[in-house]
Amino acid sequence: MLDAAKRKEMLRTMIKVRAFEEKLEELYQKRAMYGSTHSYRGQEAVAVGACSALGSKDLIASYHRGTGHLIAKGADLYRLMCECMGRLDGYSKGRGGKMHMGDLSFGFLGNTGTVGATVPFATGAALAAQIRGSKEVVVSFLGDGAMNQGVVHEAMNFAGLWKLPVIYVCENNLYAMTVSVEKSIAIKHVADRAKGYGFEGKVIDGNDVEVVYAETLKAAEKGRGGGGATFLECLTYRWDGHFGGDPGTAYRTKEEIEEWKGRCPIKRLKEKLIAEKNLTSEEFENMTASVYAEIDEVAKKAQASPMPPKEVELESVFAVSEVAHG
Amino acid sequence: MAKAEKLEVPQGEVKEMRLQEALREALRYEMARDKRVFVFGEDVALFGGAYGVTRGLLQEFGESRVRDTPISEAGMVGLAIGAAINGMRPVVEIQFCDLLPLCMDQLTTHAARYYYQTGGRISVPMVIRNKFGTRAGGGPSHSSCNHGAFLHFPGLKIIIPTTPADGKGLLLSAIRDPNPVLCFESHHLYGVKGPVPEGDYTVPIGVAAVRREGKDLTIVTCGGMVLKADEAAAALKAKGIDVEIIDLRSLAPLDKETILKSVAKTKRAMVVDEGPMVGGVTAEIAAVIQENLFSDLKGAVARVGAYHLPPPHSPPLVDAMIPDTDRIVGAALRLAEGKKTER
Repeated sequence: MLDAAKRKEMLRTMIKVRAFEEKLEELYQKRAMYGSTHSYRGQEAVAVGACSALGSKDLIASYHRGTGHLIAKGADLYRLMCECMGRLDGYSKGRGGKMHMGDLSFGFLGNTGTVGATVPFATGAALAAQIRGSKEVVVSFLGDGAMNQGVVHEAMNFAGLWKLPVIYVCENNLYAMTVSVEKSIAIKHVADRAKGYGFEGKVIDGNDVEVVYAETLKAAEKGRGGGGATFLECLTYRWDGHFGGDPGTAYRTKEEIEEWKGRCPIKRLKEKLIAEKNLTSEEFENMTASVYAEIDEVAKKAQASPMPPKEVELESVFAVSEVAHG
Repeated sequence: MAKAEKLEVPQGEVKEMRLQEALREALRYEMARDKRVFVFGEDVALFGGAYGVTRGLLQEFGESRVRDTPISEAGMVGLAIGAAINGMRPVVEIQFCDLLPLCMDQLTTHAARYYYQTGGRISVPMVIRNKFGTRAGGGPSHSSCNHGAFLHFPGLKIIIPTTPADGKGLLLSAIRDPNPVLCFESHHLYGVKGPVPEGDYTVPIGVAAVRREGKDLTIVTCGGMVLKADEAAAALKAKGIDVEIIDLRSLAPLDKETILKSVAKTKRAMVVDEGPMVGGVTAEIAAVIQENLFSDLKGAVARVGAYHLPPPHSPPLVDAMIPDTDRIVGAALRLAEGKKTER
């Protein structure tokens, strides 16, 4: 059982992830953020549970709905916000936007807007760890939609063949943009596919941060010990539409959305901690207020920061010397 | 950009070997020197690679660093990206360039853009080796020349070694390069022998070689077509036309300086390539020359390349499809006609 301090830290991180998404949504509506949002609200327990189970040398690969993963792994909020806003101080100097970043200083391999494309990166990073004999494990975040990309199949077969230390954390939020899993996946649980790749697949409650934490920890220990890959199908739900311009109601019922909001991962952990007398309502309110205030400050600072100059830098596509990794 | 190199016998200790052996020398040398280098691909371990380039590496370096893979080209390239980011130096073998389209997303949207899109935080040092060349019997899916298509994508380096010495020197540079490098190895050249320097021998990426000096006409070419251009140059010499041959060796970065310096001297240019002319190497280089030297030219830049068709199977069809000495000589004579009519 996790101690109360660690669980309170996870609670705080989940609030931070949500507050960040809400701020992005607000900026998007004000056209202060470029590109679109891909709200992670409702799925916070997956990112926070999985990343909390990793060490600082462990790695993650993310995807388009990735801000939650990054915050949970320890991204700098200012740099992240700047990138979303196309600013020079952003992780990618404004070149990538929130779907295209990477920074190994906090174990973030990268993300991209091509669904499923980072799954082989994560698998290859695990291959590097295996060849070198270094003990890091890699979490590959992916959605249910990514499960139908060919390259994901190829990567998972490699992971099974070579017993690579990778954990596929599949966030089954029931919809790939607007198409439901029933209309896109021929079986009920994608975790069943893991058997076909020769490793364990489990269906878990993706809205229970403690469950995600415990299962990721177990999978990480297994991977570190040479036991190979694990697939965790985390059942969860995105509260909002696929992106900022999608209310998310054309293909989902209000009842369904409300039902899932009732399983809010933040509320669940909060109520549990209060029932255990490890948290008071007042403490929770203070925690929430301070996180939201912090995000407000970050957004203000980012908004006041410089845009990149209107310049073409032809040399910027090639590294001149090796970038120190790790 | 460094100055172009003339084709001369390399200095120091040399060994006569085929291109395929020279490429293997580069892999062996770097794998022994740098533990981060590893090789994987279809049939590269036990079998030694479809063209024998990786023969013996499994026995020398063991199965952790020399891996046979399932038939998963996109997966291989994707794994190489991840391994490179996490500190390794992967070298992947893709058996035919015809299979590169399977890896396009991983290669052109991700590997090529990683350094840029992470604001320079992450580089992807990896090499993708593959064979190209149109030959009888290969047909539409086993004998393409799609190297020119990759010029379109910023962030990829592209090398095409012609001599065995360049095979070793360019591949060694590619493995050490912090960026993704595509290495196109010509089917026509694997078995061609030449002197290869021993030891730490590198050839810089992005530097063309002057294979033959001449004053009347510049032929810019690469890969197996360098040999055809050389045959044509010999035939043209007999007709009084003195040809200079530029072997590109790298398509990206492109050594514009060497191309333009030569054409500024000869004032006539031809681009010869085994790939299709439309949107390819000949189109790009002709544009570069005309943009920079239009008023100096004594005629339009000539292009001799493959026709806009898939690579065929039957020998006569192949012979009609790709440039041969006669086509190059014919094009040169037409350019030279311009010389006569000029006032």
